[in-house]
Amino acid sequence: MQLLLQQVMAGLANGAIYALVALAVVMIYQAIDHLNFAQGEMATFSAYVAWQLIAWGTPYWLAFVAVVILSFIGGVATERILFKPLHNASILANLVAFIALFSILNSGDGYLWDYTIKTFPSPFGTKPLFGSVLIDAHEAGMIGVTAVMLGLIYLFFRGTRLGLAMRAAAANPESARLVGIRVGWMTALGWGIAAAIGGVAGMLIAPIVFLDPNMMFGVLLYGFAGAVLGGLTSPAGAVLGGFAVGVIENLAGTFIPYFGRDLKLTIALLVIVAVLMVRPAGIFGRSVVSRV
Amino acid sequence: MTTPHQDTTLFAPAGQALGARRAALLTTRHWVWAGVLAVAVVLPFVFQGFVVFQLTEVMIYGLAILGLNLLTGFNGQFSVGHGAFYGLGAYVTAILMQRYGVAYYWTVPAAGGVCFAVGALFGLPALRLQGLYLALATFALAVALPQLLKFHGLEDWTGGVQGIVVDQPDVPGFLPIDTDQWLYYFTLAVVLAMFAGAANLVKSRTGRAIMAIRDHPIAAAAMGVNEPLYKTLTFGVSALYTGVAGALGALAVQFVAPDSFSLFLSINFLVGLILGGMGSLPGCLFGGLFVLYVPNIAESVSRGLAGAIYGVIMLLVIFVMPSGAAGFTRLAFAYVARWRDR
Amino acid sequence: MMLEIADLEAFYGEQQALFGVGFNLEAGHVRTLLGANGAGKTTVLRALCGIVRTGGEIRFDGKSINGWATEDIVRLGVAHVPEGRGTFVRLTVEENLRLGAITRRDHAAIAADIEQIYHHFPRLKERQTQQAGLLSGGEQQMLAVGRGLMLRPRLMLLDEPSFGLAPLVVEELFGILRQVNRDTGVAMLIVEQNAALALELAEHAYLLETGRIVMDGPSEAIAADEAVRRAYLGY
Repeated sequence: MQLLLQQVMAGLANGAIYALVALAVVMIYQAIDHLNFAQGEMATFSAYVAWQLIAWGTPYWLAFVAVVILSFIGGVATERILFKPLHNASILANLVAFIALFSILNSGDGYLWDYTIKTFPSPFGTKPLFGSVLIDAHEAGMIGVTAVMLGLIYLFFRGTRLGLAMRAAAANPESARLVGIRVGWMTALGWGIAAAIGGVAGMLIAPIVFLDPNMMFGVLLYGFAGAVLGGLTSPAGAVLGGFAVGVIENLAGTFIPYFGRDLKLTIALLVIVAVLMVRPAGIFGRSVVSRV
Repeated sequence: MTTPHQDTTLFAPAGQALGARRAALLTTRHWVWAGVLAVAVVLPFVFQGFVVFQLTEVMIYGLAILGLNLLTGFNGQFSVGHGAFYGLGAYVTAILMQRYGVAYYWTVPAAGGVCFAVGALFGLPALRLQGLYLALATFALAVALPQLLKFHGLEDWTGGVQGIVVDQPDVPGFLPIDTDQWLYYFTLAVVLAMFAGAANLVKSRTGRAIMAIRDHPIAAAAMGVNEPLYKTLTFGVSALYTGVAGALGALAVQFVAPDSFSLFLSINFLVGLILGGMGSLPGCLFGGLFVLYVPNIAESVSRGLAGAIYGVIMLLVIFVMPSGAAGFTRLAFAYVARWRDR
Repeated sequence: MMLEIADLEAFYGEQQALFGVGFNLEAGHVRTLLGANGAGKTTVLRALCGIVRTGGEIRFDGKSINGWATEDIVRLGVAHVPEGRGTFVRLTVEENLRLGAITRRDHAAIAADIEQIYHHFPRLKERQTQQAGLLSGGEQQMLAVGRGLMLRPRLMLLDEPSFGLAPLVVEELFGILRQVNRDTGVAMLIVEQNAALALELAEHAYLLETGRIVMDGPSEAIAADEAVRRAYLGY
């Protein structure tokens, strides 16, 4: 029982990372109506920029804010330069652009900062939280930041005119134009916000998994799985899905030792696929009824 | 965003009313194919061993991409997991040859059969998943295969992390060619047969049903197309094609190892398919060419930034040809036709 | 003169759909575009909104709006209630209405306007917080018209507002349109297949056939015309 609880807590701690990434995935999906497969690489790049600023002597929180702003600008620029020309092309042509972006950023990271693993500072410290062995200060900080971001995003999308306009632009661009919304800029804004969220995620994850060009790859997989599990239309669901994936992964690794260690990722994905069989839109997702 | 559209293949459907102009075009196409075939047969004597090997690889990748094309291009089912079928086919060949002493030419249909079964089985539960969710499921497949291959419980068969070395196929005694050339011709024969099979399938009633499901599943069902049956079968056939490619690949490379069949292979196939042109049969070869050669070109420009350069080239290609090489060629021909009509 | 159109041509890719259409619309007036399927009626509205490629002259308040982006034309005060309603199905009824006013700066008046819309269409108020996609066809049409009105437009373009609606619902809708025109003076250009109803509402009508205006006159005259009666009014 003690072991189970420990593993669940450890899973939740990992899950906080996946939850953060899942949130970013869903936010992007809400803003631009498809998934950004280069999300992880953008987050890694942001983390590297932060690392560089700190290495040059910038105080942590100043670097943090600077990177959030730079990530926002980078996201907007990426959309305007890379994806605007393709907005009339097929989904799959866009997919190629995502893959290309992934490749460029990943390779660029390695070229600019080489492949040695770097440590990344944490603003919360790494001491156990309140002396507990189950969770440390940084992990608690991460969960806290995730909760705050979720709250802010919810308020933005549900409570502001700009948020409503963005949701409309993503859901039905043609109708959005007919009410006067500048759809192109809404999409760019969505990318900016998503990139900023990704930047925060990268800076919070780096202290735990250490900084290298492939840092986000595994994490993005789990985050993506968590988002799908929770339902791509529900930010809260995505966060819960992320935590769930963390726990499942950990429990599978611990309690199914024969398969567990080597096939952790496979098992986690299989569980998710199984859930999707039963609830194809994710646990909290809303399936859209389409009239013929 | 537009849905992928099918190619008017270079094999004109039979029984269609042919005007004189059309008849002329038909003959031109036949001559083009004859010419291409002639060149293909002669190539191994023009080039050295390694280039012949590379040409063989291009055909193999083209076939693998064709498999993916049948599923995604013609049937609209998304797959990011075809690297797994390729790897499965390769391993079937390796295991049958090295552990059971089966002759290499029998392993190819065996690989096809196994992959068909696995593909169809996967296709069944996949019926409930659409778009992104299906992508995730196939993604799980792609990620699972290398892990399964490395799994210590199956090591006796799969050779674990180290993989399996495959014996060189013997050249039939009476032919005065070397192994590379023999493998080339063997591959060429198989690939030609399978492309012809695919072209036939696409033209047939089954093919139309498959495409109808892609274009408008509700209308197709309303017209009596058995959607689950066709979707599952297509999955199976698609896996079969890519599995056969994998088997040929194992013979060509003479080595199989888990890390050769990672997620990146699946993604490469998808990129090759899109750049070649969805729903286009000849486009698959372009895709195979791109995926095999461009990474090498990128690396020769700059080792450190190879990935970035690959990405940039990909972007340039997709900006210039958003519907892939096939779409671009179609547009080009249309321009020429309009210019001639002026 | 609020709207002036001359020599309007429109293209879908290589296909030409309009061949030199021309007419005017004064502020506050209601006119209708009639014609069979494929005549080009919807294309005229799309051309006015910048959704299709056009040639010729389109002037709004004397200013040329050729080649303008849709969202900029909308911001001039042109509300388009499209074919198929264009409802934001995943958003609530209230959110759909708020979106109609998304470009307006006078926030205080927006809430009052929403209440006014509910006054015209009580059924929408009942379904205020429901997902718009769950509404019936008639309710979605009312929502679409309501959304258009939220812009406080100077010109409303309505594309087949009667499509798929029960006759009683259509009469109700057209009654509300008449009232809105009287109360607020918003001009309307209505594309309709239901010629009888459209000719009752509008003062002036145009008949389109394969991309050209073949008849142009006051509604009474058009309604009385022998050929029109036989082809479009069924008697």
